[in-house]
Amino acid sequence: MNENQNPAAIEMRDVSVGAMRDTSFTVVEDVNWTVASGEFWVIAGQQQSGKSDFLKMTAGLMAPVKGSYKLFGNETRTFGEAELPERLRLGFVFEGGQLFNRLTLGENVALPLQYRHNLTAAAAAQEVESLLDLMELAPLADVTPANVAADWLQRAALARALVLKPEVLLLDNPFSGLGARHLQWSLRFLDRLWRGHEWLGGKPVTMVVTTDDLSRLAGWRDEARRFALLKDRRFTALGSWSRVEASNDPVVKELLAVPLAATM
Amino acid sequence: MRGNPAKAFELTNTQVFRRAALPKSYTDLLGRKLFLLLLTIQGLGAFALITLGVMLKKTGVAQNVMGPRIRQEIVRAGVALMPMFMFVAFALGFLVIGQTVSALARVGATDYLGSTMVIVVVRELGPLLAAVLVLARVGTAHVIELGTARAMGEVEALEALGIDPVHYLIVPRVWGMMAGIFSLTVYLIIGALGSGYLWAFLQDVPLTPGDYFKQLTEALGWLDFALLALKTVAFGFFIAIVACYHGLAQPLRLEEVSRVAVRAVTQGVIVCLLIDALFIVLYLVA
Repeated sequence: MNENQNPAAIEMRDVSVGAMRDTSFTVVEDVNWTVASGEFWVIAGQQQSGKSDFLKMTAGLMAPVKGSYKLFGNETRTFGEAELPERLRLGFVFEGGQLFNRLTLGENVALPLQYRHNLTAAAAAQEVESLLDLMELAPLADVTPANVAADWLQRAALARALVLKPEVLLLDNPFSGLGARHLQWSLRFLDRLWRGHEWLGGKPVTMVVTTDDLSRLAGWRDEARRFALLKDRRFTALGSWSRVEASNDPVVKELLAVPLAATM
Repeated sequence: MRGNPAKAFELTNTQVFRRAALPKSYTDLLGRKLFLLLLTIQGLGAFALITLGVMLKKTGVAQNVMGPRIRQEIVRAGVALMPMFMFVAFALGFLVIGQTVSALARVGATDYLGSTMVIVVVRELGPLLAAVLVLARVGTAHVIELGTARAMGEVEALEALGIDPVHYLIVPRVWGMMAGIFSLTVYLIIGALGSGYLWAFLQDVPLTPGDYFKQLTEALGWLDFALLALKTVAFGFFIAIVACYHGLAQPLRLEEVSRVAVRAVTQGVIVCLLIDALFIVLYLVA
């Protein structure tokens, strides 16, 4: 691959990340990280390790405290309204969904499409319905988030991020609290997105997923995916699954053994 | 989104003052209150300017989404309040106008009826009452909704989807409040003047409907119409700004939302009175 013609999707050099609530408090320091198009990264870390803040910074919701962060080869510090279409090549799924409570699930999914492309609800309906069908959300299309179980909210949030057909998808702890059925569905669906889903025209999606429980990622334990660890304000690239399993880091071991510890 | 206007108002200084230890003296307390007042004025002023900028700059952006949103807010701050305002107009007519008319008739000063009605109802009581009622009914709801949305991360979600929160959340509310207060004031004035005469008629005041109407039309000048429109639109704009500023522009925790709503109502009433005072000066000068 020629790097000049096809820059990395995400490129960070000496980046430090502040907390979303108080950017004067640094949660992750000196990150050097490159995500090439088509890669699949899993960032593991304990609760309060700064995963969400790190991912929100990566999504462009806040600026890095220091360092250089390039998204699709463009320095994000200069991102403004004019560069919005470029930034929307990246989709973000919040932990818990963070859906709009006054809108139904269908309206939640339709809103970004309608707003970005100035479509009426009727004009957006066909595309939204096909996405809801794909994600088995059609029966819940007219229900507001307060009346839907958390598993489905997470799925609706994924649909809302996908409706703009992003090239890079960031998911903040998407498996937290999911039941076994939803977990298996999510693992399979995200894997299909990464490999190229027909809904996105078969184009592979670059994925970055954070988790606080590596033991739930059965099915993702292969050499194709990249793993990283956030610990003590440091970002460490671990490598493939075999390197994760071989790691002597106590935090990695703890993240792998969460269910065991929980039953003790 | 980088450089989002909503983020520009995270007045941590304000929070520092609000969460500081109790002042040691009255002068400290006074100084702190003064700083808070100045910071609030700065924040409200900047928020108003940014909202105005977005309203002008993004006219026509996502019309198919914003059109229904604006209509929804006009219904909420206007049409939905019409039954309540019908009752208020009737009560206002009875409490103020009916009594004024009969009192003027008793002292034989019915010639002054028109100008008295215009000053009391058209210039002062009508707009102010409408503004305060809409603030109480809709403004508080705005603070709570926006505060909850902010606390629940919905504003972040809008930013992540490339939707400007000021455009999507604030602009429709501002249009709704402006249109709502203007329309409801006109409705309230007409209702109050009508019901006022009805009450006076029931008290056998010797005044024909034709005379009453003639006096009103003679007392009303073009300036009354122009300033009434300006004043009610100003009420709507600033009430929406105060409510939305407190709901959206500052980072909130869920437990803070109710306290902030009370603060927004207080400041909203103060802003209305200040605007009213400004218009009294305009009436006197013009």
